[in-house]
Amino acid sequence: MSVYSIFFYLIAAVMILSTALAVTRKNMVHAVLFLVISFLASALLFFLLGAPLLGILEVVIYAGAIMVLFLFVVMMIRIRAPEGSGFLLWHYMGAGGLSAVYVAACLLLIRHAGPGTGAAMAAAVAAPADFGQYLFERHWLGIEIVSLLLLVALIGVLHLGLSRAGRRSGKGGAH
Amino acid sequence: MIVPYTHVILLAALLFWAGMICTVLRRNLIMLLLGLEIMLNAAAVAFVGAGLHLQQIEGQAVALFILAVAAAEVSVGLALIVCIYRQTGTLDPECIESDACELE
Repeated sequence: MSVYSIFFYLIAAVMILSTALAVTRKNMVHAVLFLVISFLASALLFFLLGAPLLGILEVVIYAGAIMVLFLFVVMMIRIRAPEGSGFLLWHYMGAGGLSAVYVAACLLLIRHAGPGTGAAMAAAVAAPADFGQYLFERHWLGIEIVSLLLLVALIGVLHLGLSRAGRRSGKGGAH
Repeated sequence: MIVPYTHVILLAALLFWAGMICTVLRRNLIMLLLGLEIMLNAAAVAFVGAGLHLQQIEGQAVALFILAVAAAEVSVGLALIVCIYRQTGTLDPECIESDACELE
């Protein structure tokens, strides 16, 4: 067992534990903070699996931007009533049925795994410069589409915020 | 030499399952979106692991697109959640359409 595999199992344990804690927390601030730990661990995992650029982007975008956005919204919204925990039976039945289908699909995939999936993988690193060059050579259209998608999301969020503000100011003018 | 490919996929499967359970069982719109984020991250982990297994850089490219799509999705989703909260005063998905929760 090399030092890499020890690192992998440590990171995997941290990820699973912090994600499980995040999913079960009642307090949403705690859940978001546990999820930040999980995303930092997955950034380490990306470094280990030979994707340093993705690891850095994971820290910047996921742990930095998305989770801070969640934290802002959680702190902005004050929940009056605590989250209802009175689950009906069909909630659990739905979750159990979904999990059963999921586990069955996983077992089927493991049974029909291709050759060489049980052997340890050779380490390889994609240097950020090579990765970026590959991305803009082979996936330039995808990059443009994604940038357009981000622009559309920005305009959509602005519209949602502005329409609400406009309605409120209109209401204030009517009084 | 790192770990076998199946272990990476198993880790991604466990994370995806946690996100799925969070999305299905929590009665809170923000936690629902958080579960979606966990599932997207698990998919990215699986893609990077598959890219290393096949010695292809393609998996990392797809993971990068997943990151960008997650950023767009979460910004629109959170804006919608804030809108819903301002209009209905609740985050419970069951209380949004009907007045059942206010009658209790």
